[in-house]
Amino acid sequence: MKTSEQIIGEILDLASMHFNVNRAELSPDDDFFKKLGIDSLQALSLLTRLENHFSVELPDYEVQGVSDFRTLAERIESRL
Amino acid sequence: MQTYKGDTLSWEVKDGCIELALHRKPANEIGTRTLEELEVFVDAHETLKHEAHALIIYSQMKHGFSAGADLRDLYSQSKELGFENAAPLVRNFLNRIHVVANAIDASPLTTIAAVHGVCFGGGFELALICDLIFADKMARFCFPELRLGLIPGFGGIPRLKRDLGNAVVRDLLLTGRSINATKAQAVGLVSQLAAEGEALKLARFTASQVKKFDRATSATAKRFLKPIPYAELQQEIDIFCDLFTQPAVEAGLRKFVESTDAQPYLP
Repeated sequence: MKTSEQIIGEILDLASMHFNVNRAELSPDDDFFKKLGIDSLQALSLLTRLENHFSVELPDYEVQGVSDFRTLAERIESRL
Repeated sequence: MQTYKGDTLSWEVKDGCIELALHRKPANEIGTRTLEELEVFVDAHETLKHEAHALIIYSQMKHGFSAGADLRDLYSQSKELGFENAAPLVRNFLNRIHVVANAIDASPLTTIAAVHGVCFGGGFELALICDLIFADKMARFCFPELRLGLIPGFGGIPRLKRDLGNAVVRDLLLTGRSINATKAQAVGLVSQLAAEGEALKLARFTASQVKKFDRATSATAKRFLKPIPYAELQQEIDIFCDLFTQPAVEAGLRKFVESTDAQPYLP
């Protein structure tokens, strides 16, 4: 069973790798739209990467209004 | 016409396989120009179908296969006429796109949609016309129409019902949620799952495989396996046009078109 911190860490690793942002510049409470410089289509791509990585299904309406990594991690944790 | 290079799509014939590439910026939104060029393709297909054995439809755009109908085009045209007067315009567009969809659906060729990224709404409906859907692991499928006060209008519901169990259809339609390729394969929508960026390559492998079969036998098998639900398709057009006159649609489209939100593609 992964801890919340592990989940957040893996999300930040994945976001850093796929959106070419220095990992050290990312923190759990960042607004990922702003920090990663992504639009809604890219956010869907992030959602898909997270679903594939954690082997979960995350309906997109569950992340409506979510813009920080920590809350995103909580949504994923609820599905693990 | 063996090759065509248009504004929104192009095609060429390679080793007996027609490759139809979608390339309208930003994400292959299907509006009037795409429809016109699909009609050109369907005309050419009448000849090509006697020469080729397979058709692959894919996207050259980074964001994906297609984000669906061009809502900005729909909104601006409807606003110009007044939404209360726009139903005939919408019906005409739907009738024309159904002619295109039915022609490709009924093609004797083995047809494959090679999907990556977003495959939403009208784009999803275009993929559903094909015999097989190959998707890379980053593909995402969605019918978001209920968010706009509508149902899919390009034949999506009858074709989804043809392929999947009704519970899955209800899940997709009534929640408007998007599902990834792994889930889409699990429910039977996606035939083959590809690594990221590899769906077209897998589709080409399969096109080479089906070339080995007798064309007439493949076409006969397809007609038997994949009946076209004409009555339901017509019913879908009627329901769509009825819904289109409701105030919720204008409000939903306006919200989408005027949105400066970073998440217009999220529910």
